[in-house]
Amino acid sequence: MLEVKDLQVYYGVIQAIKNVSFKVEEGEIIALIGANGAGKTTILNTITGLIAAKNGEVLYDGVDIQKIPAHKIVSMGLAHVPEGRRVFSQLSVYENLLMGAYTRSDKNEVDASLQHVFKSFPRLEERRKQMAGTLSGGEQQMLAMGRALMSKPKIVLMDEPSMGLSPLLVEEVFGIIQNINKAGTTVLLVEQNAKKALSIAHRAYVMETGNIVLEGYAKDLMNDESVKKAYLGE
Amino acid sequence: MSFISHLINGISLGSVYAIIALGYTMVYGIAKMLNFAHGDVIMVGGFIIFTFMSTLGLNPIVSVLIAIILCTLLGLTIERIAYKPLRRAPSLAVLITAIGVSYLLQNLALLILGADSKSFSSVISLSSLSLADGRLIISGETLVTIPLCIVIMTTLNIYIRKSKVGRAMIAVSEDKDAAVLMGINVNKTIAITFAIGSSLAAVASALMFSTYPTLSSTAGAMPGIKAFVAAVFGGIGSVPGAMIGGILLGVIEILSRAYISTELGDAIVFLVLIIVLLVKPTGILGKNIQEKV
Repeated sequence: MLEVKDLQVYYGVIQAIKNVSFKVEEGEIIALIGANGAGKTTILNTITGLIAAKNGEVLYDGVDIQKIPAHKIVSMGLAHVPEGRRVFSQLSVYENLLMGAYTRSDKNEVDASLQHVFKSFPRLEERRKQMAGTLSGGEQQMLAMGRALMSKPKIVLMDEPSMGLSPLLVEEVFGIIQNINKAGTTVLLVEQNAKKALSIAHRAYVMETGNIVLEGYAKDLMNDESVKKAYLGE
Repeated sequence: MSFISHLINGISLGSVYAIIALGYTMVYGIAKMLNFAHGDVIMVGGFIIFTFMSTLGLNPIVSVLIAIILCTLLGLTIERIAYKPLRRAPSLAVLITAIGVSYLLQNLALLILGADSKSFSSVISLSSLSLADGRLIISGETLVTIPLCIVIMTTLNIYIRKSKVGRAMIAVSEDKDAAVLMGINVNKTIAITFAIGSSLAAVASALMFSTYPTLSSTAGAMPGIKAFVAAVFGGIGSVPGAMIGGILLGVIEILSRAYISTELGDAIVFLVLIIVLLVKPTGILGKNIQEKV
């Protein structure tokens, strides 16, 4: 469904992504794990067109989407929940969700998605009129995920959804990610919390300073000695 | 009674500043740039109205509508040619370009229309209102300017809060990348903002030159700068702030001309800016800018 081939990304003269290739098949949860600064966020930002790659391909359903303007990518079924949530603080919860459906014009379908999001995130319905800036971190994460779902994506890219959340909320967020996947949406998950990410992912890639150093089934990686040592704190 | 008369004149002048300030504040809020050529679009608007109304003898309303259309196109052209290529450039480069566009417009006007100033005839034919046995006279221009300003502000506020394009503007002003991820075309949203600001500049030019009828190639510079002061005063980036800042500035200017000194009117306006910046750098309704660490 999504394939990244020989990707190289630079920030000025600094090479952030050295040579990265990976694949996401339909229906999977793929985790991209690694330490801070490994280049995980850069990969997601390159896929959705926020950053331009120097070399390589980003194939979505077989088509290289790098030449497509970033704002047209979401309507192709590719949603991105950015790092740090990035909800629109001056808009209400409801308005934020509407922004998620910005490219969709069928009002009834948008309404159906809204009801669906409210069902998955009851807290958002309770706070629909509240300004997003006044929500707690956990609620903002729910809103960012709900907002992405409003575009009715085929694949969702999630960047550090557990960042800054309490263990209880992390549990809840990862449960929701699993539910989103069970409902038929493919998930590409970037996480520093390797343990949690591996516990819900089907397959995973381990990144280190701009390269993928390890890949495999999540349950195998969880038992891999080097992964255990470097990322699972065992 | 003369105080009330000055106050009304101040509110009227302030309404014009407020309409101009909207152009500054919206463009700043969304594109994060100061469009110093905005004042000169007012001057161009004045010349367009003058040409169609006084030289070609068209109906005043039709002339103003033509000016609105042409100023909108001018604003879009300026944005497309001068500012869009600099979207990722340092803000100083954009600022210098804006000043360059300002001088370009002034000198083009000088070249095409000559150095002698023109006398603008009012587009408003409404007769003045006489109150309190003729001791308080409100001009037709004022009777149109103040309500029109209120209508523009209310409509614009509702448009920004309630329409899809308006909400896209808020989203772009807050976080361009997140807006892109929603599928918002940032360039188009910025262009729409310039179009709105420039069309309002044309409206402001009709109102301003009807009250202050001297039209020259630099006629937009001073009101432009004062409206910029008003935008900063009210809190740059804030639409209601532009309204409050504009009206306060107009009132301060007229009252200080009337009671302190005619010559020092402008100086007092800028003194107010300095004081506001010292006391509350973000302006009356300005948001606290939090630097992300």
